[in-house]
Amino acid sequence: MKQTISVLVENRAGVLNRITNLFSRRAFNIESLAVGTTDDPTISRITIIVDSGNSVVEQVEKQLNKLVDVIKVRTLDENSLIGRELVLIKVNATPKTRQDIMTICELMGARVADISPTSLTLELSDTPDRIEVFEDMLRPFSIKALARTGVIALQKGSGNI
Amino acid sequence: MTGAQALIQSLLCEQVDHIFGYAGATICPAVDALKEHPEIGYTLVRTEQNAGHMASGYARISGKVGVCMVTSGPGATNLITGIATAFMDSIPMVAITGQVPSHLLGRDIFQEVDITGAVAPFSKHSYLVKDANDIPRVVKESFHIAATGRPGPVLIDVPIDVQNQELKRFEYPETVNIRGYKPSVKGNELQIKRVIEAISNAKQPLICAGGGVWLAGAQAELLELAERCAIPVVKTMMGISLMPTDHPLNMGMIGAHGNACANKALVKSDLLIMVGARAADRAIINPAEIQRRMPMIHIDVDPAEIGKNMQAQIPLVGNVKVILRQMLDKDPPVADSAEWLDFLGDYRRAELNRQFPRREGYVFPGTVLRRLGRKLDEDAIVSVDVGQNQIFTCKYLPQKHGRLLTSGGLGTMGYALPAAIGAKVAAPDKQNIVVCGDGSFQMDMNELAAVRHAGMDIKIVLFRNRVLGLVNQIQRAAPYHGPFGVDLDGSPDFAAIAAAYGIPSLTADDEDSLDGVLDQFLAHEGSCLLICEVHPDVNTTD
Repeated sequence: MKQTISVLVENRAGVLNRITNLFSRRAFNIESLAVGTTDDPTISRITIIVDSGNSVVEQVEKQLNKLVDVIKVRTLDENSLIGRELVLIKVNATPKTRQDIMTICELMGARVADISPTSLTLELSDTPDRIEVFEDMLRPFSIKALARTGVIALQKGSGNI
Repeated sequence: MTGAQALIQSLLCEQVDHIFGYAGATICPAVDALKEHPEIGYTLVRTEQNAGHMASGYARISGKVGVCMVTSGPGATNLITGIATAFMDSIPMVAITGQVPSHLLGRDIFQEVDITGAVAPFSKHSYLVKDANDIPRVVKESFHIAATGRPGPVLIDVPIDVQNQELKRFEYPETVNIRGYKPSVKGNELQIKRVIEAISNAKQPLICAGGGVWLAGAQAELLELAERCAIPVVKTMMGISLMPTDHPLNMGMIGAHGNACANKALVKSDLLIMVGARAADRAIINPAEIQRRMPMIHIDVDPAEIGKNMQAQIPLVGNVKVILRQMLDKDPPVADSAEWLDFLGDYRRAELNRQFPRREGYVFPGTVLRRLGRKLDEDAIVSVDVGQNQIFTCKYLPQKHGRLLTSGGLGTMGYALPAAIGAKVAAPDKQNIVVCGDGSFQMDMNELAAVRHAGMDIKIVLFRNRVLGLVNQIQRAAPYHGPFGVDLDGSPDFAAIAAAYGIPSLTADDEDSLDGVLDQFLAHEGSCLLICEVHPDVNTTD
């Protein structure tokens, strides 16, 4: 089961290393990981998506809490979070195919980030599911390069970690 | 004031009175500053790993944070095993390492190694100091982190230029405020009520006590709880000396290498109360089975231990001493355990009176330890190494009111002698015994130099079976095909080695004269080595 772990940490060198160490030691794979500072520049938020059972995630949460540089940890379930990811996709585009690609973009709410005679670079910020749909739709046009940020997430409503 | 002076001054503010170390180029400024402070004792080790073990032995006996200090690069990497050993046994320690100049970090210059990165998986925390003005705060935080919550080693890596940097001013902080570090102390009152209720419903309750009881200084509380509630106690290897062997509630050590009586108690109990023990594989071989049989109460300072190896019905997180006191204040009921105690008592007596095998020309370790233990002081400190010597000692050495120090978690060979040296520094007047094998002794015998230099009185019992006994024992069983690479051929004449350090030795190879030899050994003034001839085929199960 995919689970989203949101971790607030001290914004210091080496902290990310300690966190990823912890995951690698328990031999489980991080599906995605996104790091950025919060409104408080001394604190960073790390959003980690893992595909593991509850007991494993609970143990990881406890181990994360043991790290001195970790301020807060919360595992968010799918219904209680807003998760977004940014994707950049560079796709082959000729004058003949360009309009078809633009139609897909419009339907998905994506934007054109860059254009060249033979390509279009598109950007979309959305849930991972919709990003996958977008990717599938573009695949017939031949994707030249793709980059995803990994999910960032906040709790729904006024509560927050 | 320089960073180096600030470092030593900060250690003084933490009441540090001894450092175990090994100097080298990048730690020279700190060593130079130390020279000005004879009130801090210093032991020069013969390899850095032992600085960690000495600090560990010192910490366990003094109840204070142990301090070791080595240079960068190989000094730091040699120390790693010492740090990992302390981490696995939750020993409060601050390790200080020199480091290459900060502007050269990452260039792979002479004696540079990323030590904070290397120790991350087995240190409680670490600092790489970039500015000398941070030193007082970093030291204050390090000692706080090392000693509170679940104790553990903290590493401070100080580049040489930071040691030489002038501070604006030295001010030692009075308090610590780390927003990500707030260990729980008190137990949840509601949970404590549930524990009390569970005890009153149990017919065959059992306390399993571990090293966490020592770390919290909760020996008296543990004993009081066991006695007031009439609950028998088993221990893990780290908790072995919590109760005297002859205490009627003491059922021995659990585990793969433990006492049969303790293991019997574990599987038959109807309520298991784990106190400062983490149910690792050597103590509880089949946690799933235990879990299926009985409800478990888990009292531990580290929330991550609860549910890690075994699920607890009633988890209780906090300082073990505080929680046991909270329980005692609730006037816990006396368990209806008379039958249970009778049942276990029979097993225990049979085990304590167990006959050991005899062989002409050899002594059996169990026999030596049983007789030695009876002759030791009430509060003797025994440090035991790793291997058959450890199993025999934990199983058969009679405990009084002293301490047994061993590397229980990491199982580091060569721990005993340096740990004993650290213990001697902490408690110079207590009887100090080392038990080791001829394999483990060859990993730390270079520290006889520290013993000799300080004129210490440490009695070393060496079981010489000319083989790595426990590995030999493993290799002789399936699925292996017999011993390989375990013969200690080429070992030196240990009596001559000891003599070279000015330490006399005795030999025991006959059980009839053993008592006389042991008396002579213990009565000797100053250090002495007792070489016990053990047959290579001896098993810990014999």
